[in-house]
Amino acid sequence: MFERIKRMMIKEFHQIFRDKRMRPVLFLTPILQLIIFGYAITTDVNCVSLAVYDLDRSYESRELARRFEASGYFEVLRHIERAEEVRDLLDRGKVLSVLQIDRGFSSDIKKGSQAAVQVLFDGTDSNTALVAMSYANAIIARYAKGLGAPHMRPPAAKLDVLARAWYNPALRSRDYNVPGVIAIMIMLICLLLTSMAVVREREIGTMEQLMVTPLKPAEMILGKTIPFALIGFFDMFLVTIVGVFWFSIPIQGSLLLLVLCTAIYLLSVLGIGLFISTVSKTQQQAMMGTFLFFAPAILLSGLMFPIENMPAAVQYGTYLNPLRYFLIIIRGIFLKGNGIGILWPQMLALFALGAAVMTISVLRFKKRLG
Amino acid sequence: MRLMRVSAIAKKEGIQIIRDPYSLAMAFLMPVMLLFIFGYAITLDVDNLPTVVYDRDKSSTSRGLVAQFRESRYFTVVAYAEDHADIDRYIDRGRAKVAISIPEDFSKNMATGRDATIQVAVDGSDSNTATIALGYIAAISDLYSQRTCKALAAPAIDPRVRVWYNPELRSRNFIMPGLIAVVMAIIAALLSSLTISREWERGTMEQLISTPVKPHELIIGKLSAYFVIGFVDVLVAALIGIHLFDVPLKGSPLLLMMCSSLFLFGGLSLGIFISAAAKSQLLASQVSLITSYLPALLLSGFMFSISNMPAPLQLISHIVPARYFVAMLKSIYLKGGTLKLLIFETAALAVFGILTFMIANKKFRKRID
Repeated sequence: MFERIKRMMIKEFHQIFRDKRMRPVLFLTPILQLIIFGYAITTDVNCVSLAVYDLDRSYESRELARRFEASGYFEVLRHIERAEEVRDLLDRGKVLSVLQIDRGFSSDIKKGSQAAVQVLFDGTDSNTALVAMSYANAIIARYAKGLGAPHMRPPAAKLDVLARAWYNPALRSRDYNVPGVIAIMIMLICLLLTSMAVVREREIGTMEQLMVTPLKPAEMILGKTIPFALIGFFDMFLVTIVGVFWFSIPIQGSLLLLVLCTAIYLLSVLGIGLFISTVSKTQQQAMMGTFLFFAPAILLSGLMFPIENMPAAVQYGTYLNPLRYFLIIIRGIFLKGNGIGILWPQMLALFALGAAVMTISVLRFKKRLG
Repeated sequence: MRLMRVSAIAKKEGIQIIRDPYSLAMAFLMPVMLLFIFGYAITLDVDNLPTVVYDRDKSSTSRGLVAQFRESRYFTVVAYAEDHADIDRYIDRGRAKVAISIPEDFSKNMATGRDATIQVAVDGSDSNTATIALGYIAAISDLYSQRTCKALAAPAIDPRVRVWYNPELRSRNFIMPGLIAVVMAIIAALLSSLTISREWERGTMEQLISTPVKPHELIIGKLSAYFVIGFVDVLVAALIGIHLFDVPLKGSPLLLMMCSSLFLFGGLSLGIFISAAAKSQLLASQVSLITSYLPALLLSGFMFSISNMPAPLQLISHIVPARYFVAMLKSIYLKGGTLKLLIFETAALAVFGILTFMIANKKFRKRID
């Protein structure tokens, strides 16, 4: 039996790597993609482009504009001279925000009456606008607090908030996202390989040849999936190294646990790939089927959008998504240093899901063979 | 070029598409599914953050503060902690994202007019949610102090913040227009990337070669068949966005269709190029997903704004055609962008389309000989 599985695996490896261009696709692109997307998925808002429309032209107005620039969150790209430029710059998307300081700003401050400034935001990107707004409010409030003689200064706010962010004190989104990108990279490669490679035999007609060999269906499935599992493991290893050394994401938890969890994750990914292959007749269908699963799986996993913000019905649906569990696990291991003690429910759920999907696919696969 | 031969190829592709209703259904199901996921399931708006409260004061004042948090739609109190270790447990297990800890002397300090302090811990692993949550917390506590302490003077500067184009900051208005680009990229990749490698793998390419069909006629024929499907998808996506999700279309629908066609042409040409170069469907599918879907999703500014990315990546994003398309879509939908404003993006898409078409044509010709 092992001999037959081994033969099948060797054949499978030959088939994958016979096409020399497949090697870089399998081993180089995941690394490149991790590097690119590790930087791309950033929700950190910094360098919001700002144009300053200073009608007051006083020391105070220049100081306020300087504070915006010095905060590191805004980048002054333009100084506006005419009122029409405000709309033009925002329309063209040249800047995302405009700080408008009207005439009388400095005299209001000197008189001790309340001065006003206007900040305009391009709300097209609602999230960036929201974060940039809170920065702008904080900068203005801080400037206002430090203004003028002590008798004019408003008393300190009665309620102080001491806020801390856990796990990721600098609030870097990269630490949070890179482990997630690792998870989707592995899923995409393994899913597509498994679903298409099985259908390919059927499409080209070599499936009949395999069926007349003494290979049993179980051996055939093992021989088909183990090579992809190995490729998945190897890719996981590669991208983890890139994550740790290139992005300096610390692995707080145990490496062994990561390997174990990757194995459980691959079980369900390969199971789904195999399932797709049993419902597709052509490689085109397999590719579409893969995508029909992959696209919602990424979006409804909590990778980019927190699950608790989704409607209740969808939240229940995400329990069927292996990526959901693996994201919690991989982030837990990388960022929080979680151990089995905390992660066991996810691991158990992932395993149950993987075992169920695998069983269904194997049964379907056998039926189609018989 | 003979129109008759082109139309014959287009007809053949059309018949092949119709014969595979499964794939055809998926070609229409995919955009609808993505629209519904983005329209209903996903929101970038941060609200109902699970919050754990550790109230050591247990006074009416502290309950008033907690009520203030509760009444805002941003926080949902999921539990009351009994001690500090409880807070750790809730946040460690991800059951709460925010912890508010009110010290024993809170009500006493508030009553005697001294500064009171509360401690807030936010799960920073999702830095975006955390940043927004911290902003809300600061705003709510400011509001609370202003309400409880009327004597508090107004701040010296009154910031008047206004938001243009999307005044309610609905993330849906920001997502939906860009989604058309993602849908197009997927459809183009899925439909066209296997079309030539399939002929090679099944051995039908030799039959095609022996016909008088010229390479560019074959490519144009295949392109036009898939173009029809892609264009229907654009219409579906635009109509669902406008009618079901109330995304305003301020600009001209005609311009929208024009630039969608331009992008579709480029995307399909890219797929055909990959297909002609790869010869195997497995390779073609991997390459096309890597070069079309993921960049369109992540590097186009669809969700993650390009200006927040590091400089080298911003440079790379210039070769991602979806980047220009997303910029156009957002401008047409939300700002009422005109062709005059978008001339650069239009030109970029046109150059991309023509270039990939020429490369695909060249690659394919070399293969046949």
